[in-house]
Amino acid sequence: MIDSSALYRKRKRTNQLALVMSMLAMGIGMGFLAWILIVLLYKGVGALSLSLFTLPTPAPGSEGGLSNAILGSAMMVGSATFIATPIGILAGVYLSEYGRKGWLAPATRFINDILLSAPSIVIGVFIYTVYVAQVQHFSGWAGSLALTLIAIPVVVRTTENMLNLVPASLREAAAALGAPRWKVVLHVVLRAAKAGVLTGILLALARVSGETAPLLFTALNNQFTSLDLNGPMANLPVVIFQFAMSPYENWNSLAWGGAVIITFGVLCLNIVVRTLFRKKI
Amino acid sequence: MQSSAVTKRDMSFSQLRGEQTSQVAGAEQTPKIRIRNLDFFYGSFQGLKHINLDINEGMVTAFIGPSGCGKSTLLRTLNRMYDLYPGQRATGEILLNGRNVLDQGQDVNALRAKVGMVFQKPTPFPMSIYENIAFGVRLYESLSRADMDNRVEWALRKAALWDEVKGKLNQSGLSLSGGQQQRLCIARGVAVKPEVLLLDEPTSALDPISTAKVEELVHELKSEYTIAIVTHNMQQAARVSDYTAYMYLGELVEFGLTDEIFIKPKRKETEDYITGRFG
Repeated sequence: MIDSSALYRKRKRTNQLALVMSMLAMGIGMGFLAWILIVLLYKGVGALSLSLFTLPTPAPGSEGGLSNAILGSAMMVGSATFIATPIGILAGVYLSEYGRKGWLAPATRFINDILLSAPSIVIGVFIYTVYVAQVQHFSGWAGSLALTLIAIPVVVRTTENMLNLVPASLREAAAALGAPRWKVVLHVVLRAAKAGVLTGILLALARVSGETAPLLFTALNNQFTSLDLNGPMANLPVVIFQFAMSPYENWNSLAWGGAVIITFGVLCLNIVVRTLFRKKI
Repeated sequence: MQSSAVTKRDMSFSQLRGEQTSQVAGAEQTPKIRIRNLDFFYGSFQGLKHINLDINEGMVTAFIGPSGCGKSTLLRTLNRMYDLYPGQRATGEILLNGRNVLDQGQDVNALRAKVGMVFQKPTPFPMSIYENIAFGVRLYESLSRADMDNRVEWALRKAALWDEVKGKLNQSGLSLSGGQQQRLCIARGVAVKPEVLLLDEPTSALDPISTAKVEELVHELKSEYTIAIVTHNMQQAARVSDYTAYMYLGELVEFGLTDEIFIKPKRKETEDYITGRFG
């Protein structure tokens, strides 16, 4: 009798409607994502070749690759992540574990959220003013610094959120054994939230590896291979920006290649890091 | 004998109870923990009102009472667990081996190493079974690898878990069943060799078989530890404890030998609660 009642039918309809709408929303999101990836692969796969990874950026119409930009991006993104990770995690730990009393934690959280949503071009201009304009030249360090400033709030935010998800009972259990606060945080809370904290770092890394605007003002670009972080440095986003806007066909093709490298580089890194950390308890 | 005098004088919640506790003390017990005029506040809400109670050494003391009566709160003052949260405070005295643990100068970590606690829900740390136990031990002792192995085995045997996990000490503590996880938590608490063990509804999330194991464990452990247990299960209190305290609305209503509390409670409220006529 129940399944024929009007109320039951109404509930069933509502359920179906909700399901259809959420599927639709998912479809729209995933659809565009798939579209982007397909276009990227369609246009970019042709540019993928060994010389893309071995040769530096060429003059219009001549043979070349993106090796200098890949190297520059790896160095700047790598150093930015390297610097931002400990700062971000420590700040996140402070906000979640220590900042229960007083005004400092709420204020820090507020400022961090502003930084998190600050347009990256603002960060670029800021570093340009306080660093590049002072030393009178563009440099890889400036680029790395700008990327660090973008990465830190992402790590702070996700670390705090992930630590907040760790149940208080776990902290109490560790404290009940007589463990001092820092050991509770380091050995129990951070360990329990490891996967989430790691996601935050990867999220920050993915975010900064695609940033163009802050690098335009800081690292600029370099036609040649350079390991000197103190001088202008080639990097994928700026090269893609310049080459994609250019009228030269070989540059356009390299830009697509660069886009594929960034996207799949981040993807591969994600997979590798996750599999490496999954095994451990 | 001096203790009996103190007990008699301080435990005058009512004339009735005063007599009763003097009988209790007459059974040649030494109090491990003496609670005197303990008040506890969650912000402005008073969670405990003027508690006076002795927890005897080598005995199991059970705390019963309806939800929100303050029994868990009382347990959490004994190891100053409440210190983790701002806005919670306790006044009065809790004397452990004669020293007031509520003193500002008390090192809470050292206190908690002496007064262990097992919680309602199993809380294995996200590490291996072995490390779950070694973690606490390492905090205050530096043992050789062999000694640590022995200690881990000893603790797991105490918690009646060794036979089930001896082949998989390197697996995650989270891979165990709920009942096993809880026994792991007990093993962890036992491993640091505390003087007092506080059990906060340790079996409420467990099935009857695991519950029976934990209860057996409590029986075994009391020869070496002083145990305080909070439980909602009246039969459990009757089974495992030597003394029982009935609490209601933050007050200690009745305290005495478990047999007496369950067979002939002095107070009407206690009788009503025990027989299920409460409310």
